[in-house]
Amino acid sequence: MIDQLPALQVVVPLVCAAVCVLLRSAFAAWLLFTVAAVASLVTAVVLTVLVRDGETIGYDMGGWPAPVGIELVVDQANAVVLLLLGVIAVIVASYGRRSIEAEIRPRRVRMFYAALCMLLTGLMGIAVTGDAFNLFVFLEISSLSSYALIALGRRRRALLAAFQYLVIGTVGGTFLLIGVGLAFAVTGTLNMTDLADRLPALEGNRAVTGSVVFIFVGLAIKMAVFPLHAWLPGAYSEAPSVVSVVLAAVGTKVAIYAFARFAFTVFGIDVVFTDLPIGQAILVVGSLAMLAGAAVACFQQDFKRLLAWSSIGQVGMIVTGIGLATAGGVSAAYLHIINHAIIKGALFAAAGILLLNLGSTSLDSMAGLGRRMPLTFGAVVIGGLGLIGVPPTAGFASKWALAAALVEDDQWLILAILLASSLLAMVYVGRVIEVAWFRSPAGVDAAPSPAAEHAAAAANPGTVRVREGTPLLMAAPVALLAVASVYFGIDASLPSGLADGAARVLTGGGLP
Amino acid sequence: MNPTLALPLAVLLPLAGVAGVVLCRRRPNTRDAISVVAGVALAAVLISLWPVALYGTQIELWTWLPGITLTLELEPLGLLFATVAGVLWPVTTVYSIGYMRANRERNQTRFYAFFALAIAAAQLIAMSGDLVTMFIGYEMLTLATWPLVAHQGTADARRGARTYLIILLTTSIGLLLPAIVWTGVLAGTTQFATGGVLVGQAGPVVLTLLYAMYLFGIGKVALMPFHRWLPAAMVAPTPVSALLHAVAVVKAGGFAVVKVTIYVFGLDNLADSGGADPMVWVAAITLLVAGAIAVTQDDLKARLAYSTISQLAYIALGAALVDPDAVLEGALHIATHAVGKITLFFCAGAIYVATGLTRVSQLDGLGPRMPFTFAAFTIASLSIIGLPPLAGTWDKLLLMEGAVNGGWTVLAGVLLVGTLLSIAYLLPVSIRAFLLPERAAVGAARDDPSGVPLPRTPIQEAPASVVVPLCLTALACIAMFFLEDGLIEPLARVLEGR
Repeated sequence: MIDQLPALQVVVPLVCAAVCVLLRSAFAAWLLFTVAAVASLVTAVVLTVLVRDGETIGYDMGGWPAPVGIELVVDQANAVVLLLLGVIAVIVASYGRRSIEAEIRPRRVRMFYAALCMLLTGLMGIAVTGDAFNLFVFLEISSLSSYALIALGRRRRALLAAFQYLVIGTVGGTFLLIGVGLAFAVTGTLNMTDLADRLPALEGNRAVTGSVVFIFVGLAIKMAVFPLHAWLPGAYSEAPSVVSVVLAAVGTKVAIYAFARFAFTVFGIDVVFTDLPIGQAILVVGSLAMLAGAAVACFQQDFKRLLAWSSIGQVGMIVTGIGLATAGGVSAAYLHIINHAIIKGALFAAAGILLLNLGSTSLDSMAGLGRRMPLTFGAVVIGGLGLIGVPPTAGFASKWALAAALVEDDQWLILAILLASSLLAMVYVGRVIEVAWFRSPAGVDAAPSPAAEHAAAAANPGTVRVREGTPLLMAAPVALLAVASVYFGIDASLPSGLADGAARVLTGGGLP
Repeated sequence: MNPTLALPLAVLLPLAGVAGVVLCRRRPNTRDAISVVAGVALAAVLISLWPVALYGTQIELWTWLPGITLTLELEPLGLLFATVAGVLWPVTTVYSIGYMRANRERNQTRFYAFFALAIAAAQLIAMSGDLVTMFIGYEMLTLATWPLVAHQGTADARRGARTYLIILLTTSIGLLLPAIVWTGVLAGTTQFATGGVLVGQAGPVVLTLLYAMYLFGIGKVALMPFHRWLPAAMVAPTPVSALLHAVAVVKAGGFAVVKVTIYVFGLDNLADSGGADPMVWVAAITLLVAGAIAVTQDDLKARLAYSTISQLAYIALGAALVDPDAVLEGALHIATHAVGKITLFFCAGAIYVATGLTRVSQLDGLGPRMPFTFAAFTIASLSIIGLPPLAGTWDKLLLMEGAVNGGWTVLAGVLLVGTLLSIAYLLPVSIRAFLLPERAAVGAARDDPSGVPLPRTPIQEAPASVVVPLCLTALACIAMFFLEDGLIEPLARVLEGR
């Protein structure tokens, strides 16, 4: 059974997706998705424990050995990604039921769960596969299902956002395919381990150079690295809340993992970072992303859109760590992958609760609600502090790690940019907190008494009524993520241990 | 008390206070009693630690990131700051109860909860055994005091709170954090160590740069040009200004500066490299300019705020002179200025509660009507100016000695002018209150349409829970003149043994 775990990681959600389509009841579909999510989490936990001392687990799909068949590989570098996916899947399973009920038309619900299972399958597959072409296939599975999921957003604008993402995403997928194809043309293999063996002999080959560049650009689109980020704000803000949570927490992170896998273990540090200026390019775009993402976030009037732009900045932070190509930098990047998934997961989930209660996520509609929705806005405050990176939140730990890596590498300019982007984060987070806690509700001079409010609501049924009557299944995951982000800020040993392990595998321990 | 138990307790007691305040939000009397009880317990714990201050107790909490262990540590300087904040907290709470109720302030539960949280953060800073723990406490203190500054929720309060947060976070994230990270990379550790961890790890240029990053980065010490947050914070209710912006927050800045100077850079190391010299000038200029601005302020709280900026520069100056005498001054000034300035703010609040007046020019002739308040104001003013037999005397003397020891004779002139300025901005308040005739617009004269002054002015003080605390702190100004040796002696021994 243990031997089959890498395959089950992909197969369970895939089968559940198929069964979801056949089901008639929305509840059964939800139950099935929950089963898939819990199974994924358990599998991921077991795999993480199995590889904790640096082991590698290989699995030949269908019993066909590596060069012929597809190999799945689990080591410390992707076990942490699988773990993150499992956690977010379970969070979404708990959170999603009421949220999906409120946002999706009843007859589409089971198809929605089927697509969600497919998304999970695709993301898990990217993380677990050891085959370059197979990675492209899973990338397309995750992309196609996310186009469909985004298009189900409540406003018609969601269709446009999904179409934009489809066009840009397809370009990205195609670039990746061309890159993989070039590598296949010169090496004759698609297995990552074999590629890693044969590529060093071809140093200086134009096709290899082209392959690296195509794969880098293709994945950069999926990572939403500035200036290839155009699809992200629309997709994140128009998608149903559940989909926003998944995409923001783990969607881009998986692409970042895929890039790190290609760069460090398939092509090798010499080709990507020494012969080609990919490292410098990443540092430049990462720095620009940190500044631009945070700066644009300051001007947003919609909470989800603000969070989406903030994500662009935070992705810049993560890729900067990878662009350093030092053990410290990669470890910091992984640490922020974990921490940012927790923080943004909490924030987008909180945004979903707001949408459910207010019917809107615009900042104006949030005025003065902090005291009436203390749990939701408590999570918003904690998550926001994590984005700025102030102690004692998880964001501080990852910012510390990245700052230390930058100082060790003498990257003073980028350090200044990192700190400047934190200050910009302070501005946009400060705006949200101020609106929620220190401003009176719109159209009301002073805080009204509950009785008056009730009377007003009764007199006009169209009035937005606010109560912290958030369903427990939605509130609990938000609270859990918020608590986790504080806990990992105070005691960062668990995530930093995972991140260090991943960095050791990727950089081979041979780096400073 | 056993220090391994007392150190965490000092941080946990105020946190328990937060929980208690929130849980009892429906019963105001119980809620306020919890604040007082937590404060008295904290004060008792801290005082019980004095006999063991020199044992060098260290508690390693847990490994935060690889190579960085969060640590609590008992040492004389930290205990001095912790005690100042911890003992004045219950006094201020009693004052707050009177003040907040007399002014019918809203959101009192939020107020007391964040107040206790701020004290917990201050205790964490005081007891920190490494730079990361200190930074965590430092940022928590900024965030916990933000809701207190914005308490009124008016446009003015929000604007003030925004300035407050932006300046404090910009300096801490932009300068202090990189300074700490850089220190960690250079020294290979972020722990504090007697004699300094940077000794032999950095050249004079790097030391100069790092020292400047620390002193400007610790924005809570309000060196110019990063001082604007302190006047901005005066929109807060007066108890907040009193405890936080005369004691806990600003003294956390002063404490952090002295702590970093002694335990990160090392006095001898800084003295040999001259790394602190530029900051001596920055501190001296802040001292003079803030004093001069204070003279021009008519709003009493704004005047006190600029006075605080000027007085904080004494602490930074003492640290930057890197002479043992001067550093002792810096440490001592944390305590003496705290007691003096909290009294002044208490008085400002008492005047506001009793009469609604906020400007210096409105205070003419109020002295006979509020004798306790203005007597306390006068005592505290004289203490801050530095006249015997009051608390502020010794530290001014030590600073003078330190400056001359270090060959900074020109600073003697600066200190002289600084003292003259403090006379110019503090004494007019007492002079107006006691010596000028009362303005007709307020109080008794309004009841008497003839405008003829009453033969005996009736006493119209603020409520007792407001007046008693300010009398206590004024008496403390006198008592500390005689007790100062005990406060500073443990730290002096540490510095001798460096």
